Amino acid sequence: MANNFARILSGKRNVGIMSLVGAGSLTAAFLLNREHVTAGAQVRRVYPASADYPDLRKHNNCMASHLTPAIYAKLVDKATPNGYTLDQAIQTGVDNPGHPFIKTVGMVAGDEESYEVFADLLDPVIKERHNGYDPQTMTHPTDLDSSKLKSGKFDERYVLSSRVRTGRSIRGLSLPPACTRAERREVEKVVVDALAGLKGDLAGTYYSLTHMTDQEQQQLIDDHFLFDKPVSPLLTCSGMARDWPDARGIWHNNTKTFLIWINEEDHTRVISMEKGGNMKRVFDRFCTGLKEVERLIQEKGWEFMWNERLGYILTCPSNLGTGLRAGVHVNLPKLSKDPRFTKILDNLRLQKRGTGGVDTAAVGSTFDISNLDRLGQSEVQLVQTVVDGVNYLIECEKKLEKGQDIKIPPPVRK
Amino acid sequence: MEKINDKMAKLTIKRLSPEEEFPDLSQHNNHMAKVLTQDMYTKLRDRATPNGFTIDGVIQTGIDNPGHPFIMTVGCVAGDEETYEVFKELLDPIIEDRHGGYKPTDKHKTDLNPDNLKGGDDLDPNYVISSRVRTGRSIRGFCLPPHCSRGERRGVEKMSVEALDSLSGDLKGKYYALKNMTDAEQQQLIDDHFLFDKPVSPLLLASGMARDWPDGRGIWHNDTKTFLVWVNEEDHLRVISMQKGGNMKEVFNRFCTGLTKIETLFKDKGTSFMWNEHLGYVLTCPSNLGTGLRAGVHVKIPNMSKHAKFEEVLKRLRLQKRGTGGVDTAAVGGTFDISNADRLGFSEVELVQMVVDGVKLLVEMEKKLEKGQSIDDLMPAQK
Repeated sequence: MANNFARILSGKRNVGIMSLVGAGSLTAAFLLNREHVTAGAQVRRVYPASADYPDLRKHNNCMASHLTPAIYAKLVDKATPNGYTLDQAIQTGVDNPGHPFIKTVGMVAGDEESYEVFADLLDPVIKERHNGYDPQTMTHPTDLDSSKLKSGKFDERYVLSSRVRTGRSIRGLSLPPACTRAERREVEKVVVDALAGLKGDLAGTYYSLTHMTDQEQQQLIDDHFLFDKPVSPLLTCSGMARDWPDARGIWHNNTKTFLIWINEEDHTRVISMEKGGNMKRVFDRFCTGLKEVERLIQEKGWEFMWNERLGYILTCPSNLGTGLRAGVHVNLPKLSKDPRFTKILDNLRLQKRGTGGVDTAAVGSTFDISNLDRLGQSEVQLVQTVVDGVNYLIECEKKLEKGQDIKIPPPVRK
Repeated sequence: MEKINDKMAKLTIKRLSPEEEFPDLSQHNNHMAKVLTQDMYTKLRDRATPNGFTIDGVIQTGIDNPGHPFIMTVGCVAGDEETYEVFKELLDPIIEDRHGGYKPTDKHKTDLNPDNLKGGDDLDPNYVISSRVRTGRSIRGFCLPPHCSRGERRGVEKMSVEALDSLSGDLKGKYYALKNMTDAEQQQLIDDHFLFDKPVSPLLLASGMARDWPDGRGIWHNDTKTFLVWVNEEDHLRVISMQKGGNMKEVFNRFCTGLTKIETLFKDKGTSFMWNEHLGYVLTCPSNLGTGLRAGVHVKIPNMSKHAKFEEVLKRLRLQKRGTGGVDTAAVGGTFDISNADRLGFSEVELVQMVVDGVKLLVEMEKKLEKGQSIDDLMPAQK
């Protein structure tokens, strides 16, 4: 643990770590001194933990389920080396008691070290959210060898589009809830420099949100690529929308099949997508692109946040591990009305969303179907789960069309 | 050399250079953006208040909200009383620009003696639908809403409710905590137009003052529903006196009596309101310093409001117009919210006097315009 932090503190740039020492005089201001600090540094506290403990009686999110007064008292005096505190990490869960469609996580990480410093709360949250994955004893497999994927081409009479997304964070820079403007700009610079090195069918252009022309903006909207300032209070309460649109932007390749969001909910969100059902090609491009970007940032002395306990580190604990959501927009008019639909999805380890994404309901009979899991399974395993699962759903739909009965499949994993 | 306070703990803050951190304000039009330079930012970012509030905390709302359609916003907030000292270099010019040239060396007069108000009991109720005076108060020793912890916010609530519960006579009333209110209570408060809800304005949200909603927030009002206190909304306390009709004198009487009583109750408990002789009453937003007072009426002036000289008249009278929904709204059907434009550099009595005299004149002008007469001979001088 100490080695990890030491490496970050002596990182690529000349970053000054300062500490603030307060004083009692009403009118005195305080100068920040330069000092190296270690994880678990002290935090300013005026009240005892019991007076600051949030009222979570009406709350239903993972943070609220696991934040006992004892854990709060233990962690509230600590901060990460970047000064990020427990109160900041849980603010979004305090401000958002519940969500109509899903049990939300209710907390975020401000930096890589959050997952260590606040492990007493994050580990049980991770365990609940990721189906029993225990960060203290288990290791996460990373596998971006897309050649291992079997039969990834869907029947295009049903599957309208295929998409794989993940996120990546740049080690040594704070995450969106906590980053300063300069850190955010640094993320943009590092990633855009790397992306400029992509070639062939991956070659593309960056569009900064601050500088895009009206014409570029309209094109990005028409392509359904443009992301806007988040409106979901789940996100805004965590502080990740500060200074919008400074250092935010969209990069995509010329063929519009590989897209990267910079500084939205994570440092980067990487998306490979196409119309139609060729998930194999989507996943091939995804893996090739990711590995190429990683190589390019490593040339400049940077790396992604990753460890074998938690896989790829992202802002939301729900995206740890692979951070991967592989999905399709699929038309299932008969199956979606069958009362067994939900159970079938559960057993296949799949999730349904509306075609507008996570906070939407389906329109008509076209659903967004994707993997439920993120952590504890590799990228190849998760995409395979989606391929096998969606093929099964299509088989069910075909059977129902012919008036035949369908079966609920056995659970694919415990 | 700085003194060390044993209550204080260390905060660690990783920083890149001030040039790299400086916000992009090229699209911005608020007071903060007008004043903040690279040099000023470089100097101020090495400081923090004793409670750990930094320059980035002060200016975040102004960075996130480049401009407002109806008014030139301030673009910064205070996280505690000390903010106004520690970040003087930024806040003094903003205060000067916002408050009509108020200098760092100027002194502010406080006058809450309602007997000093002349007239004000006879605004024509055929035009003046309602009268209202509001201000804010902050409790010394607690951080302000952008920066307070849950414990502090609850402390403010507890102390305020204790003080309010001991009011008597026509000020006697009851507290409704936002998080404990019954459906029936909530509906009644909505019907009375008393209930405040979680702010939606990004100006407020971006400053962090809506954290932990609705914990520690509530509404207190007297039994006759003419004196109302909001706890922990944009300020520790917002105090409102209001009634239907045009008797501003009575509204102001109750306002002063209530405030004075509450202040006495706090002093008995060993604390006080944040106040100093330069800035008057200290509140979250620099626009509310001094008196924090907005005295206003809802008045029907359909003819006057369409007159070419309407804005000029308001300007000379030192009055401001708003829609009847408050600061972020437009007027509906010729009924306007007319109130004092100033907050700092004039006393409470002086400001309410301006409203009383000014509204009287506007109503006279409206009556003349109704009869098709000119208002040229009624044009006021610049106050």
